[in-house]
Amino acid sequence: MRNFVSERAQSIPPSGIRKFFDLALTMENVISLGVGEPDFRTPWNICESGIYSIEQGVTSYTSNKGLPVLRETLSDYLNQHYNLHYNSDDEIIITSGVSEALDIAIRAIVDPGDEVLIAQPSYVSYAPCVTLAGGIPVPVECTETDRFKLNPDTLQDKITRKTKALMINFPNNPTGAVMNLKDLEAIADIIIDKDLLLISDEVYAELTYEGNHVAAGTVSDLWQRTITLNGFSKAYAMTGWRVGYLCAPKEICEAVLKIHQYVMLCAPVMGQVGALEAIRSAEEDKNNMVQEYRLRRNMFVAGLNRIGLSTHVPEGAFYAFPSVKDTGLSDTEFAERLLKEHQVAVVPGSVFGDGGKNNLRCAYAVSRKHLTEALGRIESFLTTL
Amino acid sequence: MQDKDLELLRILEDNSRLSAKEIATMINLNPDDVKARIHALEAEGIICKYSTVINWEKAGNGEVSSIIELKVSPERDYGYDRIAERLSRFRQVKTLRLMTGTYDLQLLVTGKNMQEVSRFVSEHVAPMDRIRETATHIIMKSYKENGNVLFEQKEAERLPYSF
Repeated sequence: MRNFVSERAQSIPPSGIRKFFDLALTMENVISLGVGEPDFRTPWNICESGIYSIEQGVTSYTSNKGLPVLRETLSDYLNQHYNLHYNSDDEIIITSGVSEALDIAIRAIVDPGDEVLIAQPSYVSYAPCVTLAGGIPVPVECTETDRFKLNPDTLQDKITRKTKALMINFPNNPTGAVMNLKDLEAIADIIIDKDLLLISDEVYAELTYEGNHVAAGTVSDLWQRTITLNGFSKAYAMTGWRVGYLCAPKEICEAVLKIHQYVMLCAPVMGQVGALEAIRSAEEDKNNMVQEYRLRRNMFVAGLNRIGLSTHVPEGAFYAFPSVKDTGLSDTEFAERLLKEHQVAVVPGSVFGDGGKNNLRCAYAVSRKHLTEALGRIESFLTTL
Repeated sequence: MQDKDLELLRILEDNSRLSAKEIATMINLNPDDVKARIHALEAEGIICKYSTVINWEKAGNGEVSSIIELKVSPERDYGYDRIAERLSRFRQVKTLRLMTGTYDLQLLVTGKNMQEVSRFVSEHVAPMDRIRETATHIIMKSYKENGNVLFEQKEAERLPYSF
């Protein structure tokens, strides 16, 4: 029989931590810092609105772009919070999480052979999505020296005649790095000069701890060549609801919408109803969660540095990215032994690209009690090395 | 009030047993500064007391709590203040508030058992001058106190890893 699996599917690497995952499931008493989602429950007013809408029989397809009232409310929100101007009629599409938004954005702009630059370390799906679209993912490394911000010179070096787009994610998963206005201006000149498109995944925008988030689309003249991605999962603890959104100038949005309507049709309606409630009434819940993350970050990062794992202060998201370089272990060895010997689950940095190979991603979206316990266990582990 | 003081108060309101050192790392201050701020907030009467939220029902001592509504005739020059201050002196009165609506004062009263609460109301509260009417509501079960849920909640299941 032929091998029916396509070359493209074969070319995608399997998940780097499958074995960790299976191992952790068989173990007792594991403290997991390996989870990229909030430990809070979805604020109850959001849940209630979802439940009520189901009771009212709101269970049908919505417009492909998403509920008009949600797009209008979102348009106002983006304007007020980030000074981002997107028309609710033809510049916003509600998607099934940012994951879908990312996929259809790439498919709408990539032709076979196009190179797409990816600021790494990066979320795990970026490169595979580019490959699946027939493009060539090209990593641009962000280093610890630059506090994991995207360095304009490194960016410049990676651009070829085939480069079509750049993908960035700040606040960053897994490093927690943030690009402020000045940082973004430095790369904006290059993007404009080289006539590239920018895909900016800003799903952690609300989790910014020093100053306000700067949306890439508001910098210089980037708006007309930027696709902004965002969603409700991280800020409102709504990961399982699967609601994200994509904003782009009309012409790009039209192309993306064609793909969205064929592959997804629309985002789940109850998720959209919940998202609407989130914007309307969960501002305080969100702020309380952000404040709690800030406290945990300060405590956890200070703790990591104290026990001897050098860690830069992440300015956003909910990840600390300590370096294990001085321990003599690779990130994978460290993570594997830490799990087996001390029951703490962390993700090896190399999963997010070569640039992360000396680091671990530790999500501090767990209770302070567990963070303290995890720090104690990591410290005990370090003394055995 | 400074933002740092507000942060400090929120942290203490949630858990007053954290050490100055622990709080200091959380809000980027040095421990001495945290101690000084706490002393100042105590001196100003903003921090009134450090107490514990206890699920008494679970502790099983059979204590009874009730909400008592009072209709009161206010006094010239003093309004409700003098009578409220007088009621506040009773150990049994845990909380006392002036309300808008159909009644005036709301009391949270606790006692060892139902008899004790009812004796307190009938012998001490109801006969007081200026109290026109009382309504006593026994609390049957408490589900949430000061932001703390008192019933068992299943922890949400999360995957050990996700990106």
